[in-house]
Amino acid sequence: MATADAVQALQERFPDLGIEPRPLMRYLNGKPSDQLWVRVPADRLLEVLTFLRDDERTKFEALADLGGIDYLNYPDAEDRFAVIYNLLSHTHGHRLWVKVFVNDPDPEIPSATSVWKGAEWPEREVFDMFGIRFPGHPDLRRILMPQNFVDYPLRKDYPLHGKGEREAFEVLTRDSA
Amino acid sequence: MSPVSYDLNRADVRPDEIQEDRWTLNFGPQHPATHTTLRLVLEVEGERIVGCTPDIGFLHSGFEKLAEHLDYNQYVVVTDRMNYVSPIANNIAWHAACEKLLGIEITPRCKAIRTICAELARIQDHLVCAACTGLDLGGLTAFLYGFNARETIYDLFEALTGARFTVSYTRVGGLAQDIPPGWVEKARDFVRNVLPPALKDVEALLLRNRIFIERVKGVGVISHDDAINWSLTGPIARGSGVRRDLRKDEPYLCYEDDWDRQGADAVEFKVPVAYGGDVLSRFLVRLEECRQSASIIEQMLERIPAGPINVLADEKTTLPSKREIYFSIEGVIHHFQKIMTNRGLEPPVGEAYAANETANGELGFFLASDGGRAAYRARCRPPSFINYQVFPAAIVGHQISDVPAVLNSLNIIAAELDR
Amino acid sequence: MELNRSTNETGGEFAATRLDYVVDMVKKHGINWARRNSLWPMPFATACCGIELMATGASRYDVARFGSEAMRFTPRQCDLLICAGRVVMKMLPVLQKIYIQMTEPKWVISMGACASTGGVFDTYAVVQGIDQFVPVDVYVPGCPPRPETLIEGIMAVQRIVAEDGVKTSKERGRGLGLVVQPPRQPVQLGTGFEQ
Repeated sequence: MATADAVQALQERFPDLGIEPRPLMRYLNGKPSDQLWVRVPADRLLEVLTFLRDDERTKFEALADLGGIDYLNYPDAEDRFAVIYNLLSHTHGHRLWVKVFVNDPDPEIPSATSVWKGAEWPEREVFDMFGIRFPGHPDLRRILMPQNFVDYPLRKDYPLHGKGEREAFEVLTRDSA
Repeated sequence: MSPVSYDLNRADVRPDEIQEDRWTLNFGPQHPATHTTLRLVLEVEGERIVGCTPDIGFLHSGFEKLAEHLDYNQYVVVTDRMNYVSPIANNIAWHAACEKLLGIEITPRCKAIRTICAELARIQDHLVCAACTGLDLGGLTAFLYGFNARETIYDLFEALTGARFTVSYTRVGGLAQDIPPGWVEKARDFVRNVLPPALKDVEALLLRNRIFIERVKGVGVISHDDAINWSLTGPIARGSGVRRDLRKDEPYLCYEDDWDRQGADAVEFKVPVAYGGDVLSRFLVRLEECRQSASIIEQMLERIPAGPINVLADEKTTLPSKREIYFSIEGVIHHFQKIMTNRGLEPPVGEAYAANETANGELGFFLASDGGRAAYRARCRPPSFINYQVFPAAIVGHQISDVPAVLNSLNIIAAELDR
Repeated sequence: MELNRSTNETGGEFAATRLDYVVDMVKKHGINWARRNSLWPMPFATACCGIELMATGASRYDVARFGSEAMRFTPRQCDLLICAGRVVMKMLPVLQKIYIQMTEPKWVISMGACASTGGVFDTYAVVQGIDQFVPVDVYVPGCPPRPETLIEGIMAVQRIVAEDGVKTSKERGRGLGLVVQPPRQPVQLGTGFEQ
């Protein structure tokens, strides 16, 4: 069963969302890539994800990956942030990408941890790196950066070399140790 | 800026109520059994673990931010340092994603060489993991046997690329250089004469040792459904009975039929699956995967097709050969077009995801391109990061001395975990 | 070797001088000799260099030949800190804590490009050289260094011990700051260049 069938099932179940499958990529020769994504509004996300996990035609039992992206300087972007869910079906062997767009200030997306346990750490990472909050997450803290760090490093307006945090430590000399 | 001290003591313990007979044990971040930098905050009742909170990020070096500033060929150097136990597998996965983004199909010879390298990397990774299982449980000898065979793989990579293990071997649309003369014989000698005795030694030392068996059997059990729900992949999922291997399910390189576009068959191999879900099952899956990889390498060494290793240079997606650069003006111009900082490869605007089955599981890269020379966003799907989530669930109820065994069987590589 | 006491040729104090001679030898060379050939490293392995550190300890390179195979994972038993791999913001306090816990005399090797300068990771999270925050005795270049280079680094620490003697860090001040380099001939410049 191909991904197109899964998208069709999704369209039949949620006709009001206006879901249309789009290829992730269109090559220079005009050929679309074989990977499809759909756009889902944040407030209906959990409903859609639960349906995608449970329905016979979709059966996405696993969340292969979850990642954030900051579309600040992206050509023709309308929204600032997106969280991209990479769904994987063990039964049918197909994949689907679900994108949820959110904006400043206070970007919030309901947590998918109730649907897949595997979403727990990736969501924490997105929170750590982009500052997108996930209401309903059991333990939403920073995961990679120190707890008292204030910025969100993967946002496009954060410089590559940081703002001097890496130099701000006590110096240990031979005399002091 | 005034000095900031990141105080370790106020860090990341979950504020659960702590009962009187419970106490908290800090494990890591500098601890021999973690191999690298992990920290666990264990809640114990006597010797029994009742709660576990992993604290990670002690090696977070901003890989994904760096990918937004380095171009598609430069970043391969950084991927080497991601899963540093099997670096070449990361190279191949990264450039698989780049080629998906650019829409390039690589040449059959390149596919064959990449397949061989990917399998050598798998053996390399599994050898360390299997050998260290012994090391962590107190038997140093198996480690020495495992590492001895690994040195031979280092020699092979050194002959192939010039570096022992941070190899940076792949390029967009091809490889850095062709295999040197005599390499095929050396590789064949390795899979026939070096690897089997080493595996046999490790197996004989550990699997017939009652202490070892009792410490790994039934420890750290992950059930089949949990494995899927926690998104586990690789030997950990296969040790829990999940029959999924990207090499079979979403075939790429030489694992796919008709890979040379002239009707060649895919390589033959079996995907080992164990149903115990414990440390022993994962150990056995890894050992068997080493044997299957050896058989894949042996098949592919016979079948490396002749031809170029890079896709045709007039497609303007690969670097020209060194010979062309030195002896023709077009070659020089083309070379500068590709390496200068204001030029480079220009993929169309869009996104692509490609994943490879590496030793730890599905290593994927989600690339977004805005048409520039560097990726707009390069999200890595690191298998260690996703696999490590399950650790608290797997360890609770066991003893403190089981922590190294379970930790090792998940094969957490800190650089891949934290990136 | 210089002795600050009279030798037996001057006559008179033969027995006492002989004892002094032995004590002097042991003090000056014996302890240093014993110490430099049994450096116990504390492997602070964070990243890729840690794997080469493991390879250095394994059969082929066998660092036991240089008396440094006794890797102890508790800092209080060690006198040589090998910082192998990049150190990031979250890890630096740990490194400092471990350095403080080590007993005197102690030496530090900064192994690999990342520990020495930040290497390829010029990003927000990576400390650009641990020597900004922790005193370092020997820098070992390479990304990662080959085991031979690390062994050369350990031998450089042995030379420091032989030259500097057993002094505490405070007495040693800034240290020699040796950088291990592959041995090579000095470059001969042609005429018209200042040598």
